[in-house]
Amino acid sequence: MTEFYGFERPDGSVGVRNHLLVLAPIDCSFEPARRIASQVEGAVAVTQYHGCGFNGMVFNNLLGVALNPNVAGILILGLGCESLTPELLAERIEPSGKPLETLSIQGEGGTISAVERGVRILQRMIQETSEIKREPFPISHLVLAAECGGSDATSGIAANPSLGFAADMLVDEGGTVIISETQEMTGTQDILARRAVDDETAERIREMIGRQERRMRMMGIESRFMSKGNIEGGLTTIEEKSLGAVRKGGTRPIQGVLENSDERLERPTRGGLWLQDGTGWDVASVTHMVAAGAQIVAFTTGRGSTVGHAIAPVIKITGNPETYARMKDNIDIDASPILDGKESINSVGERIFRFIVKVASGRMTKAEALGYRDFAVFSRDRLAERLLGYC
Amino acid sequence: MKKAIMIDERDNVATATSEIGAGEEVEIISPSGAVVMRLRVSEPLPFGHKVALKNISPGEEVIKYGERIGVASKPILAGAWIHTHNLESLIQPNPIEGRPP
Repeated sequence: MTEFYGFERPDGSVGVRNHLLVLAPIDCSFEPARRIASQVEGAVAVTQYHGCGFNGMVFNNLLGVALNPNVAGILILGLGCESLTPELLAERIEPSGKPLETLSIQGEGGTISAVERGVRILQRMIQETSEIKREPFPISHLVLAAECGGSDATSGIAANPSLGFAADMLVDEGGTVIISETQEMTGTQDILARRAVDDETAERIREMIGRQERRMRMMGIESRFMSKGNIEGGLTTIEEKSLGAVRKGGTRPIQGVLENSDERLERPTRGGLWLQDGTGWDVASVTHMVAAGAQIVAFTTGRGSTVGHAIAPVIKITGNPETYARMKDNIDIDASPILDGKESINSVGERIFRFIVKVASGRMTKAEALGYRDFAVFSRDRLAERLLGYC
Repeated sequence: MKKAIMIDERDNVATATSEIGAGEEVEIISPSGAVVMRLRVSEPLPFGHKVALKNISPGEEVIKYGERIGVASKPILAGAWIHTHNLESLIQPNPIEGRPP
């Protein structure tokens, strides 16, 4: 049984990092939030840019990130007149038992007082949470988000299949894997439905991909699209293109579909592979999976993405030898030896799995070492969803 | 010797990991790294393109990633290049080029 060293939270979940989160529920309070975080070791500030009116998808993303076990404690800093209030979030975060405080800039009498108060709160909080020690836990506590961005012809041959092998290793030890980016599953509804654990899940997979194809058609975009570059690169059919993308999640049965509705953002309820209905926008997609509980992210890229995340380590994997040579500063794992037969898909997969365990136990990824704090919240166009009858 | 990768043990195609000339012999590598066969490629194969590992009849499934990526639209001989001229999607009859999503 594989173990990793993580931080146990009061609710029994296990984090791989021990961040303090300064959460600005609305961008009006982000600048002071950023200043507070910059003055306290281990603190990170995040916000969203969809306005302060209540939007379930946005709310669920912020709530999910605060509840993520990588977060040790939370300070919510509001402006004071927003509809998405710190209190709305706080009452849903409180049951986790994590240290939690709320503050309003208007209530504190402006930026200087709010920042001073916030820094004092966080200084005390970090002193408390810094006492939490890493302890060994079975790898089954791990939820891995598999993402891809800046793909090229090597992604489907080297990086995604080897990450898929690592994902299978994790699932076989009781762990959980999430893949998202619904538009990249287009055309595979029947293939993925056959991998579902039950008929209800099979139906939900078909519905999820079908809805995304209709959304895109409404925008005048054919989702079952093969670009000139795809075809010149050797991809023949849409099934082949999409299967290359979903391979990063491995080959195990699909346990369920995770939706983010006005009511809730669904989270995996047991180990295994899960599909999330989400965006292809990389940073927001990672945040969306982190909000569903992923503590760690494995990200395959062909051309060389540099994305990291505010509260989760992001492991970069490329199958393109030139990209690795040029962008070593950003890429953690070189999967390109698969191409010349020096290493097999499975052995690179084992290498990725071991690195995931190491990173889960505290080793920084290249994005973390460079101080990456990427964060974006995904929300669907509510008007379009209503017109389509989806909400 | 040049290589082509079989991504799943169930596949009846392999993907070229470098440019391969007509008549060249290639090693077909399994996911575990074993050389499962040596095959003479009958047509030039650009990087990332597929070669048939066995004869495939019209209407028969072409398998990559252990799944059906389409069906053969013409007889395909082992060693032949597989692309839009002899493989068709079952859900999108001809590859279409449009605005990227």
